[in-house]
Amino acid sequence: MAQTIIDTANHIAGYAAKAARAKVVAVYPITPQTTVVEKIAEFVDSGKMDAEYICVESEHSAMVACIAAASAGVRTFTATSAHGLALMHEALHWAAGSRLPIVMVVVNRAMGAPWSIWPDFSDSLSQRDTGWIQFYCADNQEVFDTVIQAYKLCEDEQVFLPAMICLEGFILSHTYMPVKLPNQEEIDAFLPPYKSGWILDVNNPYSHSNLVSPEWYMEFRYMIHEAMENAKKLIPQIDKAYGKHFGFEYGGLIEKYKCDDADLVLLSMGTIGGEAKLTVEKLRKEGLKVGSARVRVFRPFPVEEIRKLAAETQMIATIDRHVSFGMEGFLATEVKASVFHEKDSPLVAGFVAGLGGRDVTAQTIEKIAEKSLKWLRMGKVEKETEWVDLRE
Amino acid sequence: MVTIKELPKEEYLLKGHAACAGCGPSIAIRLLFKALGNQVIMVVPACCTTVIQGPYPYTSFAVPLQNILFESTAAAASGIVAALHQRKIEDLTVVGWAGDGGTVDIGIQALSGAAERETDFIYICYDNEAYGNTGMQRSGATPYGAWTTTTTAGKKERKKDMPLIMAAHRIPYVATACPSYPIDFVNKLRKAKETKGTKYIHILAPCPTGWRYDTSKTVEMGRLAVQTGLWALYEIEYGKFKLNPPSDRLTDKTKRKPVKDYLTLQGRFRQLSEEDIEKTQKWVDEDWIRYQKLAAIEGTIF
Amino acid sequence: MMGNTLKPRKEMPLTPLSAPTFGSMGKTGSWRTFRPQVDYSKCTRCTICWIYCPDAAIKRREDDSPEIDYDYCKGCGICANECPVKAITMHREEQ
Repeated sequence: MAQTIIDTANHIAGYAAKAARAKVVAVYPITPQTTVVEKIAEFVDSGKMDAEYICVESEHSAMVACIAAASAGVRTFTATSAHGLALMHEALHWAAGSRLPIVMVVVNRAMGAPWSIWPDFSDSLSQRDTGWIQFYCADNQEVFDTVIQAYKLCEDEQVFLPAMICLEGFILSHTYMPVKLPNQEEIDAFLPPYKSGWILDVNNPYSHSNLVSPEWYMEFRYMIHEAMENAKKLIPQIDKAYGKHFGFEYGGLIEKYKCDDADLVLLSMGTIGGEAKLTVEKLRKEGLKVGSARVRVFRPFPVEEIRKLAAETQMIATIDRHVSFGMEGFLATEVKASVFHEKDSPLVAGFVAGLGGRDVTAQTIEKIAEKSLKWLRMGKVEKETEWVDLRE
Repeated sequence: MVTIKELPKEEYLLKGHAACAGCGPSIAIRLLFKALGNQVIMVVPACCTTVIQGPYPYTSFAVPLQNILFESTAAAASGIVAALHQRKIEDLTVVGWAGDGGTVDIGIQALSGAAERETDFIYICYDNEAYGNTGMQRSGATPYGAWTTTTTAGKKERKKDMPLIMAAHRIPYVATACPSYPIDFVNKLRKAKETKGTKYIHILAPCPTGWRYDTSKTVEMGRLAVQTGLWALYEIEYGKFKLNPPSDRLTDKTKRKPVKDYLTLQGRFRQLSEEDIEKTQKWVDEDWIRYQKLAAIEGTIF
Repeated sequence: MMGNTLKPRKEMPLTPLSAPTFGSMGKTGSWRTFRPQVDYSKCTRCTICWIYCPDAAIKRREDDSPEIDYDYCKGCGICANECPVKAITMHREEQ
């Protein structure tokens, strides 16, 4: 039966893995992800979920176990954060190169040194180039829905790539929100049984991924790139179809809020995108034409959507919960790259905020908006990258 | 007791592969398939066997083979076994086939984890006592005194005792073997296949390229390792230790050839001093006292 | 290589899947410096040479005598070294 429950994003992710009928779940604890896999343990041990629950001895092994299980013909799931994700790094490359539709929940947490358990996007964004599709969620409902959508996307024969569903640690992972869970029959109708592009089969033996010379390698990489481009087209379609079936959709690649006539668009990911709506409401009441664009999918990067947005506004202020030392946040760079060749591209100002879990409230975003509007009136961005709420 | 002639004629390691001439591990791969047939899924980390396959789009292996990251042979095996279990496929054997570097060094964590989880697969470490794929650098399995490219004055540390480390995991089957004793190896593989749980077989696989001896002597080198007692053939079945022929006749030191007979035949031991050879002999003699003690234990050794 | 013709991208698999092939490295017989010669009058058909060939380049005939595939034999000499009756000898390749 479809039901509404009140639960944390982590537990909801567990419900999603169960609803998706993941058959092999690789498990390793790390704050603030652990309650995802603990929820799945409850399901498996009580017989509610029919899956192999492998308590591996590190995150690297968790991803390899998923790669191997996916190669051997079953749907897989795992979850991690920060250093666990970093430890898997080479395996993330291997999974994408193997074109396996693995789905993983990443509960975002800042990287050390020093130790931090609080959220920012440095962990998942460090994996930007691995060939994984990346979704960023703003609330618990979206976490559930995106896991299901991701399996459908990844197992599409035009894609066959792995995906990570990112949600901020503590802000979402441990926060209770109401979530409507569809009933299992509806999920099964939406999400058919596991499909992959190849399989380990004694009746049709191959060696997978032995040495590939320079004469072949580049074409295999192009195919991954092509699959990403296909994903870009499919994600809005799947989102819409999901919306039709279950009543929840998220605008495809970017969730836009009051951008149509905006002079300034605040562009961000995750919960900052949710909080920004409050700022938009407040500033609109004051007569300022501000909108919010929440990038839901970071990879493949929604270049075309950004260009459309840029054509309709004067300024984009990117809010990155991340920085690439020696440069800037990735949203800033990639938005600028997207509009570089456009005629009349808007001003773009980059803001770095919320690192290591520093709070990004509607008030913080208001400060960002006010500074941006000031620069817009001046006609130039005074500081290309501004770190918000930084003590001197 | 099977004889060589009774072994099947089918080959699943196809001729024209990329191994060095005289490659010990290649003999072992052929014996693997003689023992188990082709109803296997192999997991192979970065190692010599990665290269032996040959380059895409060809492979010399006629069984499904997953190449995987260096440290994670056993983790991949856990994943495949889990998937097959979910798909209710029961008659396939999952085989992890890894070199010594990928087992005793970088691969030890994943192997230990899989053994503790009792993953139902056969793990075979083919030990040529160095990182062969990258050109013979020392591994934790390189013996004392051996030249490698990273121990050019001879390794100062002793070889890790991986079979006993695995026995300490209380897995149902641990064995040592050597392709110079093909029937013994085949029997052990077949026994492993019929055993449920994690099975570990450590084979000494002589390597003319790394050990510096004439390619024709590979089988002879393995035999000498056993005859000197430097390599003992044994099984630990459900915790019970037993020496196998011909090692079971070598508990008497006078029946063992001196280790010098083995060491002086290999270029990698050329820089050994008399003192080094004496040390090696002493350690081998100590190993054999331990084997007798292990064999005498009434119950399980762990 | 085995007549390695580069396929168009559209005919490639989505990820490298290599097919079982004899001679994945080509005719490895060209690696040889010495070639094994079998004296069938001495051969006792014990099949020891067959089991020890690292390259599976020795075929067991119907009568269990060895047939060496010189296209792939690398000339390592293990067969000659192990033959209990010295029916196999190694000879320098003419070239």
